[in-house]
Amino acid sequence: MANLRVKLPGLDMKNPVIPASGTFGFGYGFARFYDINILGSIMIKATTLEPRFGNPLPRIAEGPSGMLNAIGLQNPGIDVVLNESLEQLRPLYKDKVIANVAGSSLEEYVEVARRMSEHDMIGALEINISCPNVKAGGIQFGTDATMAATLTKAIKEVSKVPVYIKLSPNVTDIVEIAKAVEAAGADGITMINTLIGMRFDLKTGKPIIANKTGGYSGPAILPVALNLVYKVTKAVKIPVIGMGGISCGKDVIEMMIAGASAVAVGSQNLVDPFACMTIIEELNELLDQMGVSDINDIVGLSHQY
Amino acid sequence: MEKYLSGIFTITTINQLTSDVYEMTIKGEATKYITNPGQFINIKINDSKEPYLRRPMSIARYFDDKIVFIFRVVGEGTKILSKKKVGEKLDCLVGLGNGFTPVGNGKALLIGGGLGTPPMYELGLQLKQMGVEVTTVLGFGTSDQLFYEDKFKELGPVFVATMDGSYGYKGTVIDVIKQENVEFDNYYACGPEPMLMALAKTYRQNGQLSYEARMGCGFGACMGCSCETLTGDKRICVEGPILRSDEVIIDG
Repeated sequence: MANLRVKLPGLDMKNPVIPASGTFGFGYGFARFYDINILGSIMIKATTLEPRFGNPLPRIAEGPSGMLNAIGLQNPGIDVVLNESLEQLRPLYKDKVIANVAGSSLEEYVEVARRMSEHDMIGALEINISCPNVKAGGIQFGTDATMAATLTKAIKEVSKVPVYIKLSPNVTDIVEIAKAVEAAGADGITMINTLIGMRFDLKTGKPIIANKTGGYSGPAILPVALNLVYKVTKAVKIPVIGMGGISCGKDVIEMMIAGASAVAVGSQNLVDPFACMTIIEELNELLDQMGVSDINDIVGLSHQY
Repeated sequence: MEKYLSGIFTITTINQLTSDVYEMTIKGEATKYITNPGQFINIKINDSKEPYLRRPMSIARYFDDKIVFIFRVVGEGTKILSKKKVGEKLDCLVGLGNGFTPVGNGKALLIGGGLGTPPMYELGLQLKQMGVEVTTVLGFGTSDQLFYEDKFKELGPVFVATMDGSYGYKGTVIDVIKQENVEFDNYYACGPEPMLMALAKTYRQNGQLSYEARMGCGFGACMGCSCETLTGDKRICVEGPILRSDEVIIDG
């Protein structure tokens, strides 16, 4: 059995597989399917200062090998997350989890980040500056390098744990933004969030998603994610947690070859609640077949090309 | 290792009920996860990544190791499903949602609108077994869309409404209930949202309404099917699909 242990700022993980934020709730719901202690970490659902109901329905549509969603950051607000959601997870998961932080203003991000980082179960923050489904905040911070850097700096000043910035693929130059958040003190990057997309009803011409646009995810976007992770990891020194379309063990290997130090699995958890468990099992077998004794050895294997 | 709420089923029968509606029976041990009528299953149409999402289906009947469900061909996923052969396998998540809570006394009224009809059948059978008097009102667009009328007749009186009047009464299910002065203590309904809304407005109390929504997962993870109710935010796939008539927010 190959070594799967991966160490990143704030995260000492038994393997590099993390369920992605927004596809795994606050984790405890999946404990009825399998022992979630097998997971490297968990990226919990994006949290804002106040509770949010999110967007009107329909919030979901489908596309070739993928799905479109516009949930709109539905969450119970930080008070409930800290006092209830994380407490429900506590008896079920022993390692540190990653808090996904969202907001409509710099002040909201900073406040949620500060309070989240003080919770003993949180090993790192993932700052969501890339949600395409809310009108204010979110992606505004993620599409402008200066704003992204300002936000990163402000959060770094208050956070007790390492800070990862979640980047959007819906930009002209993702490398510019990655470099800006690195220079601003980010400890790591998570990428990519969903790609903005639409679907229409053929008869009426009406967008299927009530929010009109949604974020596209699923196996269809894997090659896009691989390309962007490859580019960014060649350009920055901080570690990248790679995500976007991972649905099996082979995809994890490929994402790490592209340069990711760990990975997140998103939509596949929705199609198959056992996806992360299966992927971890597959990883063991695949590395043995490849004759790799330490998974860290394949990180950035592609960078020679 | 057995996977909770999940199982591989084998297709044992496929019957075409109308030009685009099919009844399928699938066999598998995971049937044991069903606890209430009105719960649903979520079917992976293919082993491949296409179509990507599962397809949620209501349950028309369930036995120890068999599930009967009915679907209409509305898109690529259901089209592929309709072309499956007996003996083929289906990966299903089973026993999803809260389901109906059959009330064991008084008179029951079952209301099925179009493809909302199937779950009313299992519920009706269970109510009848509990000794409850059951009346059924079915609503369809046109006569050629009608199915399962005979099966509901085994449970008690059946009234059918069609929007174009090509069979039974012309009009909505509520028109029929009023015209026939159907008496009931509790009612249960599944059908299009406008029908459910009209019922919740007209009969505020003692109703259990089964909702439908586009779902990402079907087991509560994605928040794709959340709705607001008078008793708080609910996920159609977990705290639903059944909502109480008095907790539904009436629009307008």
